[in-house]
Amino acid sequence: MRDLFRGFSAVFYKEALHVRRDFSTLFFSLIIPILQMFLLGFAIDTNIRQINTVVFNADGRRESRELLDRLKNSDTFHLVRYVNNDRDLNDAIISGSCRVGIKIPVDYSDHLLHKTGAQVLVLIDGSDSSVAGQAINVTTAIGLDESLRRVLANSSAAFAVDMRPKILFNPDSRSPNFFLPGLLAVLLLNVTTFLTAFSIVREKERGTLEQLFVTPVRPMGLLLGKLLPYLFIGFWELLMLLFAMRFIFQVPIHGSVLLLAFLSLPYLFVSLSLGILISSKATSQANAMQLAFITILPSIFFSGYIFPRETMPKFFYILSYFVPAAYYINITRGIILRGAGWVHLWSDALVLFLMGTVLLIIAARRFQNKVIMA
Amino acid sequence: MAASDQPAISAQHLVRRFGAFTAVNDVSFQVEKGEIFGFLGPNGSGKTTVIKMLTGLLPLSGGDAAVQGIDVRKDSEGVRENIGYMSQNFSLYTDLTVTENLTFYGRIYGLSPERLKKRLDEIVQLNGLGPYLNHLAAELSGGWKQRLALGCAMLHEPKLIFLDEPTAGIDPVARRQLWDLLFELSAHGITFFVTTHYMDEAERCSHVAYIYFGKVIADGTPDALRELPEVRPVGTYRVEITAPHVTHVLRIARTIPGIRSATIFGQSVHVLIDDTLDLDQLRAQLLEHDHVVAEIRPLAPSLEDVFVELTSKHLAAQEASRA
Repeated sequence: MRDLFRGFSAVFYKEALHVRRDFSTLFFSLIIPILQMFLLGFAIDTNIRQINTVVFNADGRRESRELLDRLKNSDTFHLVRYVNNDRDLNDAIISGSCRVGIKIPVDYSDHLLHKTGAQVLVLIDGSDSSVAGQAINVTTAIGLDESLRRVLANSSAAFAVDMRPKILFNPDSRSPNFFLPGLLAVLLLNVTTFLTAFSIVREKERGTLEQLFVTPVRPMGLLLGKLLPYLFIGFWELLMLLFAMRFIFQVPIHGSVLLLAFLSLPYLFVSLSLGILISSKATSQANAMQLAFITILPSIFFSGYIFPRETMPKFFYILSYFVPAAYYINITRGIILRGAGWVHLWSDALVLFLMGTVLLIIAARRFQNKVIMA
Repeated sequence: MAASDQPAISAQHLVRRFGAFTAVNDVSFQVEKGEIFGFLGPNGSGKTTVIKMLTGLLPLSGGDAAVQGIDVRKDSEGVRENIGYMSQNFSLYTDLTVTENLTFYGRIYGLSPERLKKRLDEIVQLNGLGPYLNHLAAELSGGWKQRLALGCAMLHEPKLIFLDEPTAGIDPVARRQLWDLLFELSAHGITFFVTTHYMDEAERCSHVAYIYFGKVIADGTPDALRELPEVRPVGTYRVEITAPHVTHVLRIARTIPGIRSATIFGQSVHVLIDDTLDLDQLRAQLLEHDHVVAEIRPLAPSLEDVFVELTSKHLAAQEASRA
């Protein structure tokens, strides 16, 4: 068994020296993800608020102004323009300056007064589906609420059915709370895969790999020796990102930080192994970079980081089972948002560990057969 | 494991194919312990491929090889533990210091800390790396890089060391020093397998083989090769004629009966002569023509002569077999 990992400590020693010699490069590769977290963390808000709205109020009496106030107070609409005819209303939406147009007809108050059913036209720009969905929901809700209030105004009857939704874990629907645990996974993957992706191809370019192959070092010893120093670096990166998330973006961690740190290890292991495999396939450092980029996109789109996995077409849903970030995002959101524990998450961690092992074995086999030399 | 009377390397009918291309075609040779074995041949003739096969980097397509008595096919790891290897471009970690490079290779071979320390001292003593221990390998000149690489290759005290073009791109002084070092180590019983392009280095080897497009066409001690019948046909000998106008001498020499061939080498002409024509007769003949006063002395063929001769014979034979 010891023989299988022969050369491990020597390679570890050497890699640690490389890291120390080139500390500045490393430093920047660790700082960049933090900057990205700041940028994306502040910029992205998945809640839709303050949609630019144009209004054509042909009625203009008290009832119509009350309705507009209600729309304004919903926080969903930002009434930016008031126009006096249909054409201007349309133009405001076509030009893109407003997403929603509200037209209150001349006889709105009259219909209310005579209880003959007042109509309000709501024009919605469908080019962004989430904005459109939010606009439909809120306007419908306001209409319904307004109607009920008027119907029930003269009776003392209570609402027959009162739905009381309660959002667990992220009651204020704060975007960073939802977004940052996923971003954490993507940033970690990014930095760690690149760290190891260069490690072997660099030796290939220098000719030192050939020299290593004439020594009794075993493939697993070589690969793990190269991987482990970067596991420490990846772990340090994780701690920095967690610190920024908790204290700068004020995302509360409901579960155990210790458990999160521990369960992050298999994920770091997978992404470092992936980098090693890339490095063993790549012919040059530039080639390694391209390959690393190819692996990063699926992690963004199929991991559930942006789009929920459950709504994907069957094929892509199955595909997402092969994306390590999908498991890790379940772990981070689980611990950070839902306070999940070991019993809920051990299987995700196990899958990650197995994935990493398989990737590393594939890479080691390439060395065993000296495919790299050919 | 390896009995003491076994050869350091025994290669039998080695074949290596890359797809349809046969890079090494039925190569056999034997290297005895303590020899400095020079492996020569033009670029692309298969020198490095043979080294890679013997060190277990490339699987054999055919044939057998034993290195230090260990079968390369069966136990390539065992082979790697018992050899040192220095590749063409001195594969050093340039961002590591001299000590760090040595320490790394020492650990790779599993040297205990005490033995590593002892070996470091010995190697530094031998190679004179002392003043550079804390320099980065990148800062060293070619000659020092080469010494460091050799040091890395022999930390684990291998009895056989492969040097793939160890002197390519090295200044003449460093080249001379390296060879002095090789002789010293060889005297301690270490066997060297050296590839080179330099004929003067080939002359220094105790055993040379010449590979030409995948085939070994010469194998033996330099002196034995010089006496090969292909190189020195029976009834002939070589002389060197030194004179002020070598082109003039060449033209005359070719007209004298009894001279088989003549070639210019710098300030002199090398000629192959029949035994029937002795030195005095030759001198007289030259004087007769145009009063050439020349200095004439007998000459042993150089290894370059040997290889040129053997290569042209080999090509002629190939041509004949094809026709």
